[in-house]
Amino acid sequence: MANKMALKTETMVLNMGPQHPSTHGVLRLELEIEGELILSVKPHIGYLHRCFEKHAEAMTYPQVVPYTDRLDYLAAMGNNFGYAVAVERLLGIQVPERVEYIRVIMAELQRIASHLVAIATNGADIGALTPFLYLFRDREYILSLFEMTCGARMLYNYMWIGGLSHDIHPDFVRKTKEFLKHFRPTVVELNNLLTFNKIFIERTANVGILPIDTAINFGASGPVLRGSGLAFDVRKEDPYSIYDRFDYEIPTGKGLVGTVGDCWDRYYVRVLEMEQSVRIIEQAIDNIPEGDVQSAIPKRIKPPKGTVYTRVENPRGELGYFIISDGNLNPFRVKVRAPSFVNLELMGELCKGHLVADVIAILGSLDIVLGEIDR
Amino acid sequence: MYQFLYNLIGNEIVAGLIVAVVPLTIILLFALFGIWLERKVSAHMQDRLGPMRTGWHGWLQTVADLMKMLQKEDIIANDADKTLYNIAPILVFTGSFAVYAVIPFSSKLLGSEVEIGLFYVLAISSLVVAGILMAGWSANNKYSLLGAMRAAAQIVSYEIPTALIVLSMIMLTGTLSLDKISQMQTSSFWNWNIFGGAVFGLSKFLLIPFMFVGALILFISTLAEVNRVPFDIPEAESELVAGYFTEYCGMKWGMFMLAEYGNMFAVSAIISILFFGGYQSPLGYFGNTIGAEWLVPFEQGFWFIVKGLFFVFVQMWLRWTLPRLRVDQLMTVCWKYLIPYAFINLIIIGIISIL
Repeated sequence: MANKMALKTETMVLNMGPQHPSTHGVLRLELEIEGELILSVKPHIGYLHRCFEKHAEAMTYPQVVPYTDRLDYLAAMGNNFGYAVAVERLLGIQVPERVEYIRVIMAELQRIASHLVAIATNGADIGALTPFLYLFRDREYILSLFEMTCGARMLYNYMWIGGLSHDIHPDFVRKTKEFLKHFRPTVVELNNLLTFNKIFIERTANVGILPIDTAINFGASGPVLRGSGLAFDVRKEDPYSIYDRFDYEIPTGKGLVGTVGDCWDRYYVRVLEMEQSVRIIEQAIDNIPEGDVQSAIPKRIKPPKGTVYTRVENPRGELGYFIISDGNLNPFRVKVRAPSFVNLELMGELCKGHLVADVIAILGSLDIVLGEIDR
Repeated sequence: MYQFLYNLIGNEIVAGLIVAVVPLTIILLFALFGIWLERKVSAHMQDRLGPMRTGWHGWLQTVADLMKMLQKEDIIANDADKTLYNIAPILVFTGSFAVYAVIPFSSKLLGSEVEIGLFYVLAISSLVVAGILMAGWSANNKYSLLGAMRAAAQIVSYEIPTALIVLSMIMLTGTLSLDKISQMQTSSFWNWNIFGGAVFGLSKFLLIPFMFVGALILFISTLAEVNRVPFDIPEAESELVAGYFTEYCGMKWGMFMLAEYGNMFAVSAIISILFFGGYQSPLGYFGNTIGAEWLVPFEQGFWFIVKGLFFVFVQMWLRWTLPRLRVDQLMTVCWKYLIPYAFINLIIIGIISIL
C-alpha cells in the first residue's frame, strides 16, 4: 500500500552540449540526474572529426605537419614537435643543436600558454571570470613571441622534419627574458586571487578524486596522472630531444587542501609545472648555439620501411605518434595517441555521486581539447 | 510626496501619476546606468576598457542594447506554457519595481508614506520567486527548470536571515517605516544604526559589534536574494547556460536584466536605510549652514544615491573577484552559519535595547 501511495519519480536525462558554455568545444555529455545528483555521465564525441589519420596517409611526410597543428590546437608546437621527432627517428637523422634548443624553448613556452588556458577556463567554469582575463593577457605575450618567430599565433607549422621553418627573430631572446621576468609575479598574483581562494578550494578540493590505481588503469597521463601523485613525465622517463640536459622537477599532487588526486591537485600541478617550464627556458635561453635551423635532408622524404612509436610530453599528457612506413613518400599509417581522449574516459568514473556543478569543475580540471579527441 | 504634489497641482490623478512615475523612472535610469557601470567596473578590473564607442566612454551602450532588444523577434518555444511564459518577466519586474514605492530617496521624495514599509518590502520582493518559478517551469527547458529550482530554494532560504536582521532593527528602532528609521539617524554618522543609533550611553557601545555583524549578514543574504556572485547559482552561466531565463529573448530577457539591476539598487538602499542612515548626510547639511533650507532635500537625495551606489559597487566588486559556490555549500552557508548568527544577534540586540 505504501508503495502505491509513494510519489512516482524518475531520473532526468540532461544533454550538456554540444553547445554549452563550458564543454570546451563541441563535447556532448549525457547526464543522468536525479535532482542535482549525477547518476551517470556519458561523453559523446566526434563532432569535430576531421579524418586526420586517414588524411595523413594521402599526403607526403612534410605535408602532414600543418595538420598536426590542429590536433591539440592550444599546444600546436608540442604536436609539431612530436611528429617531427617521430619522422626523424624513422629517418635516423640528427638535427642541429640550435634546432634542439629552439624547439625546447618553444615547447616550454607553449606549455605555459596551454596551462594558462587550462587554469583560466577551469577558474571561469567555477565562476571566477577575472583571473581568466588576467591569464589570457599573459598568454597574449607568448603568442606574440610565436608570432614574431613564425607569423602565426595559434597554428604555427613551425617544427619541420629535420629543422624549423624560420630562424628566431633577433629580438626573440630579449623579449623572452622580459616575459619570464614579468611572468613570475603573475603566478604569485594567480595564487592569491584564485588558487588559495576559499571558495575555489571549497569547489575543487575533495571533488572528483582520482585514485592512483584508477588513473593508471585508465591510462591517464600528464597533469591528470601527476595530480594523483605519480611523478611520471615522458621528458624524464623517455627523454627526447635535449630534455636530459636541464635541471627541473616533476610536480605531483600532494593533497594540500583536500585528498590526493582531487580537482584542486590537478589544477595546482599545472601551476607548478608552469614554474618548472620557466626554469627550463631560463637554462636554455642563454645557451642557444649558432648554426643552421634546417639539417640537410633530401627534398623528397622517403623513410625506410619500418615502424616508429614516439611519445612526447604535451601539456595535456603523453602524446604518441605511431607511424608505419612502407618506403613510399606517404606514411602507410599514422596513429595518434591523444592524451585528452584517454583522459576524457575518466569522466564517468569521476562524476559519480557528485552534483551538476561538479561536472563542470571536473571537466575543467581534466582540461580536454576536442581537436585531438576527435582528430 | 503625494500630499505635497496634490497641494501643488490640485488634481489627484495627475499627482498620483507623478508619484508613480518618479520611482519607475529612477529604477529604469538606474538599471541603464547600472548595466553600464557593471561593464565599466568589470572592464577596469580585468585590464580592459569596456564599451568605448557609443558616446563618452560608451555611456550610451545600454541605450543601444535596449533599442536592439526592443526590435528583436519575440520567440516562444512551441512546447512552452505561453501564458506563464509571458507573465513571468512582468511579475519579476513588478516585484523589483514595487519595492521602490516605499523607499525614501530624501525626506521629500518618497513614493508612498507607508507605515509598514519594511514589511511591505519583504513581502513584495517575495513575488520575484513566483515569477522565477514560472519562468523556469513554463519554458520547458531542463536548464531553466534546474535554475528555477535552485532560485526558489535559495531565495526562500536567504529570506530568513534577512528577515531576522530586519526584525532586530525593528526592535531597536521601534518602527516599520523606512522614512522614520532614516529620520532617527540624523545629524551625524555617529548616530547611524551601524554605530548603535541615535541614543547615547553604554548600550550604544554594547550595540556596535552586533550592528556590524548584523549589517554583514544582511549584506550577504541580500546578495544571495538578488542572485549575485558568489551566490549566482540560479543563473550560473557556466553550468546552466543562463538558468531560469535561458529560453527568453528580446525585451522579455531585457526585463529580467532590468529587474536584476533594479533589485541590486533596492537591496543596497535597504541596507543603507537600516544601517547607514538612509538619506542622512554623515556630516550635516550645507543647506542648513548657509540658511538655504530648500537645498537640504537635494543633498539628502545625493547622499542616498551615493550610499546606494557604493553598495552596488561592492556587489560588482565581489562579482568580479570571487568564484561561485555550489548549491549545497550555498545552503550550508545559510542554514548553518547565517541563520544561527542572525538569531543570536536578534536576541542580544533585543536584550540590549531593553536595558
